[in-house]
Amino acid sequence: MPDTDPAAVPAAVPASAPASEPASAPVAAPVADRPDAPAGDAAALSPLDEAGVAAAVDAALAAVATAGDLEALRAARTAHLGERSPLALANRAIGTLPGPDKAAAGKLLGGARGRLGRALAEREAALEAERDARVLVEERVDMTLPADRRAPGARHPLEVLQQRVADVFVAMGWEIAEGPEVEAEWFNFDALNFGPDHPARQMQDTFFVAGAERAGAAGSGAAAEATSGSGLVLRTHTSPVQARTLLDRELPVYIACPGKVFRTDALDATHTPVFHQVEGLAVDRGLTMAHLKGTLDHFARAMFGPEARTRLRPSYFPFTEPSAEMDLWFPQKKGGPGWIEWGGCGMVNPDVLRSAGIDPGEYSGFAFGMGIERTLMLRHGIADMHDMVEGDVRFSLGLRGVL
Amino acid sequence: MPRVPLSWLGEHVALPEGLTAEALAADLVRVGLEEEAVHTSGVTGPLVVGQVVERTPEPQKNGKTINWCRVDVGPEHGEVREDGGVGPRGIVCGAHNFDVGDRVVVALPGAVLPGPFPIASRKTYGHVSDGMICSARELGLGEDHDGIIVLSRLGFDDAQTAPGTDALRLLGLGEEVLEVNVTPDRGYCFSMRGIAREYALSTGAAFTDRGLPAGDQADDEAVGDDTPTGAGPAVELDDVAPVHGVPGCDRFVAQVVRGVDATAPSPAWMQARLTQAGMRPINLAVDVTNYVMLDLGQPLHAYDLARVAEPVVVRRAAAGERLTTLDGVDRALDPEDLLVTDSPGGARASRVLGLAGVMGGGESEVGPSTRDLLVEAAHFDPVSVARTARRHRLSSEAAKRFERGVDPRLPRVAVARVVALLVEHGGGTPDADLADVDRTTPPAPVRLDLGLPGRLVGVPYTRDEVVTTLRAIGCVLPDDASGTTDGTTDGTTGGTVEVQVPTWRPDLTADVDLVEEVARLRGYDAVPSVLPRATGGRGLTPGQRARRAVADALVGEGLVEVLSYPFVGAAQLDELGLDDEDPRRLGLRLVNPIAEQQPYLRTSVLVTLLDTARRNVGRGTTDLAAFEIGLATHPQPAAAPAPTPPGGTRPSDEVLAAVRAAVPDQPRQVAGVLAGARERTGPWGPGRRVDHTDAVAAVQTVAGTLGVPVRLVADTRAPWHPGRCARVETADGAVVGHVGELHPQVVAALGLPARAVAFELDLDALVARLPAEPVQAAPVATYPVAKEDVALVVDAAVPAAEVTDAVRAGAAAGPAGDVLEDVRLFDVYTGDQVPTGTRSLAFALRLRAADRTLTAADTAGVRDAVVAEVGRRFGGTLRA
Repeated sequence: MPDTDPAAVPAAVPASAPASEPASAPVAAPVADRPDAPAGDAAALSPLDEAGVAAAVDAALAAVATAGDLEALRAARTAHLGERSPLALANRAIGTLPGPDKAAAGKLLGGARGRLGRALAEREAALEAERDARVLVEERVDMTLPADRRAPGARHPLEVLQQRVADVFVAMGWEIAEGPEVEAEWFNFDALNFGPDHPARQMQDTFFVAGAERAGAAGSGAAAEATSGSGLVLRTHTSPVQARTLLDRELPVYIACPGKVFRTDALDATHTPVFHQVEGLAVDRGLTMAHLKGTLDHFARAMFGPEARTRLRPSYFPFTEPSAEMDLWFPQKKGGPGWIEWGGCGMVNPDVLRSAGIDPGEYSGFAFGMGIERTLMLRHGIADMHDMVEGDVRFSLGLRGVL
Repeated sequence: MPRVPLSWLGEHVALPEGLTAEALAADLVRVGLEEEAVHTSGVTGPLVVGQVVERTPEPQKNGKTINWCRVDVGPEHGEVREDGGVGPRGIVCGAHNFDVGDRVVVALPGAVLPGPFPIASRKTYGHVSDGMICSARELGLGEDHDGIIVLSRLGFDDAQTAPGTDALRLLGLGEEVLEVNVTPDRGYCFSMRGIAREYALSTGAAFTDRGLPAGDQADDEAVGDDTPTGAGPAVELDDVAPVHGVPGCDRFVAQVVRGVDATAPSPAWMQARLTQAGMRPINLAVDVTNYVMLDLGQPLHAYDLARVAEPVVVRRAAAGERLTTLDGVDRALDPEDLLVTDSPGGARASRVLGLAGVMGGGESEVGPSTRDLLVEAAHFDPVSVARTARRHRLSSEAAKRFERGVDPRLPRVAVARVVALLVEHGGGTPDADLADVDRTTPPAPVRLDLGLPGRLVGVPYTRDEVVTTLRAIGCVLPDDASGTTDGTTDGTTGGTVEVQVPTWRPDLTADVDLVEEVARLRGYDAVPSVLPRATGGRGLTPGQRARRAVADALVGEGLVEVLSYPFVGAAQLDELGLDDEDPRRLGLRLVNPIAEQQPYLRTSVLVTLLDTARRNVGRGTTDLAAFEIGLATHPQPAAAPAPTPPGGTRPSDEVLAAVRAAVPDQPRQVAGVLAGARERTGPWGPGRRVDHTDAVAAVQTVAGTLGVPVRLVADTRAPWHPGRCARVETADGAVVGHVGELHPQVVAALGLPARAVAFELDLDALVARLPAEPVQAAPVATYPVAKEDVALVVDAAVPAAEVTDAVRAGAAAGPAGDVLEDVRLFDVYTGDQVPTGTRSLAFALRLRAADRTLTAADTAGVRDAVVAEVGRRFGGTLRA
């Protein structure tokens, strides 16, 4: 089938159609003119004077062609086609002619006015296009001038990272659990198989809570209502959420919990007393360490790309058995890919399940926890922990656009 | 954490030639011993044996006498004479404890001693001293600096010390020392014995257990046995208050060695090893007990027998008793502290010798006059020792081992080793009899389903693999365990056996502990990667979604999210102008805060956010818009402490409820602060400084994002400006936060730009009010809009929000029905054209009906209704 012949497509209507009166409108000539209007100084043009009419048309066409702008064109129109112009007066005089002459004169003047009208319209369109183009040039601005009327906002990168972590787990069909930061010792330790005299409990660098007290004015020596046995601590890990989850939710559970944790480390380049972890817990029938490994590998790839993977090393945590340290093969590590210590994990200790009233003979589970700060530091070349924790807005703004 | 000199480790397990610390670390990490560090002596060569061939004392003007020596350092290192031969080197030495013929240690030019202290040829006392004759201290081998090392006195014979011999190697100074991190369950790895066992398990190298009693193995070197004794020093175990019913001491071995030169220095090799292991050599008696502890893992104590009166009694402390421990600290004892005591003057158990398993007392310490020693090796309850160590903040080497568990069969072996070393190096004679009070019981057997390791790890271990691995770690299983005598035929699953765990593994108490042993020794690398199928989640909770949306909306408004520590001090609350009765002063105090000035947890996120704002402004960010979302803690004034029921079993509902109830309310708040320029000056024109409306706008952004309508009500509250503060209320009248301009004094105290503003909202309270039912959409009417402006003159004290409510109510009640699409207050006027005490509020109304074009009569009706309602409520009138 042949292509459509372009010539067959009707020519587009000119964008700037004549803005003045229609091109052929002899009968629609202005009616406001008085029939007895004086002809002016010029000798009246006879409607039958072919040479005279032709001369008037030529003079008019010359004036239209030489009009340099829309103003000049308007003047030319008034002079040559206006109600006092020779052609208009001659046209008006047709009515006084005898019958046979009327037709000849009408044809003569109609053609003349038509030609002139078309020339005017064309010229007008050209001049308008010229003017429009000029205006656009004149309206040019410097598009590179700043446009930042208001300073931008930014999320904190640690929050963005935790959000991403949550998204990965939600996409796997897990849910996001939460727990308090001031936590009962029982949830933080005992329920997780850290007995009161367990060496691991002493190694946690725990912030202990004395109790409620009125923070008195400086120097007033406020009476200490505080007792040392509140049974509360600042959670040393996100793991108490495991115990809360197992007590509160129906089995099976698949939950992740990003959040703040606390250890009594003074702030320096690599330590901070307040930091973030993400905890994972799955308890179901038939879960094995292979499922733990599979979850960690998937999480690593989702976060850090297809090259990422994990490896496990034997370790010890009271709330898992077997326990492992996990290393992450970190493709985006500054200075080149390599293994980094990522966190701890293992199979949920049967005593933890029993603490929540779950039969370890029926259910098994795995749990893991990893630090958020370290990932951020290694990924973005952050050398000093201070930058992340001091709340300087320049840190958040500097990592704006990191999704 | 334990340090492992490689040559020492090699006495327990066969190490390959040329093994480096790095390679050792790689072998150990596979089985769970992580590298902490690699240490070196700090001495680098050339360090060689020299024999003194000339010693010429030369008195100096300063009264000192130096020795100008010629030392034969062997042909390779000797001084090249003019005739081309090689001879002894000339060395100046200040010490005098040696003579011609002695073999000494010479650091040659180019060597570096710890310090670092580089050795070079130098002119001194009129000679060129071409090296240095070294003392033990100069080599980092101990504190002995009385004189230089004479190798023969350290027990080296001439054959080992030919001139020119590499002394780095001879003294173990060239050796790398691996420090490993031992997890709390592996107490036995605080010894060469334990680490050697793990190395053998990792590599299959031949391991000799030097901690087993003689009867257990056919090893000629094995010492000590478990045969009962009835003689030796009188020892009584008398614990009347066991912790958790476990006696504080269930074994106590004591043996006397007489005529020992106890305060002589220990042999150089022992000093070197102790130094490598990170301990300071002291004297023979102390060093030998430490050495055997590091070697086998059994803490030991040597008493001056002359200061011990039998019977020795192990008992709990009595109230009011005190003890000055070896570290010189006088300590008040707690009735739960377990003590080793003796009986001077026949008064039984009347004198405290030491804190059992933690630290001895100063009185019975070995001293210069000590001749006879009582050597003790005991087995103490881990919990009792842990509590005493914690109570007295005494984390001694002994306590570290006992609280992690020590092999109860070690005491006899360890005492025998100590006695042998004392006799060898201190010349004593052991008494024939020793005391061994042994009330230990074998560890409880662990029942293991041999299929469990495979089921829990996800690796199809065969029964044979499981059984072989457990036997390798020292477990005893029935002879037929790996067979199929239980009736299964495939030999891979099923069958429960009783596993007798080794005495040095008190951590193995449950079947899963044995599963971990199988998994780690068969290799974690064998565990496959299988992604489990979760059961189907419901996505984020409404609260989680709300929090994200709020943060993103505030970021969209140009606020930057920051995080701050939740620790605050009273001074911060003073600065913010909180009065003494302000409930926000009731905070939870930490026992051990990072900074004593900030011992409380924040009760308001704004408090720490304002501190963050101060830091930002101080660093030059004077145009600031920041927010934080975080938890505040709101304790009850006299809350009951949280119970701590035992783990491992579900507490009753009542106890659990009490635990939960004791955890204080921790609402999640969002707080924001804005200061300086809100809009910047630029090519577009002038900027605009922050004012209170920016804070109000932020509050409306939060509330609008959540779809929870809020209203502002003028209020007074620190730290806000009393005339520019409002509380934020929800429709049900709950106060969910405050907003406004900060008090000028607060602004000044924090060094913020003038007119800084802030808000704080309880995000949880807003989330609790999220619309429960789906919001219903209003149809989008397409009839023309009618715009109507109306200016109302109202008493100036009437809040604009209330007038706006009246306008809305009036319009809705108009004759045309509820045709009010939108109302905006666009101008406020006070001045000559309205009466004093009033103001004119101008509203732009957009009216539209869903079903028709409104007529002029309709809009006039709305206008009249609005004026009437405002007049009714506030006496307001249409502005003339």
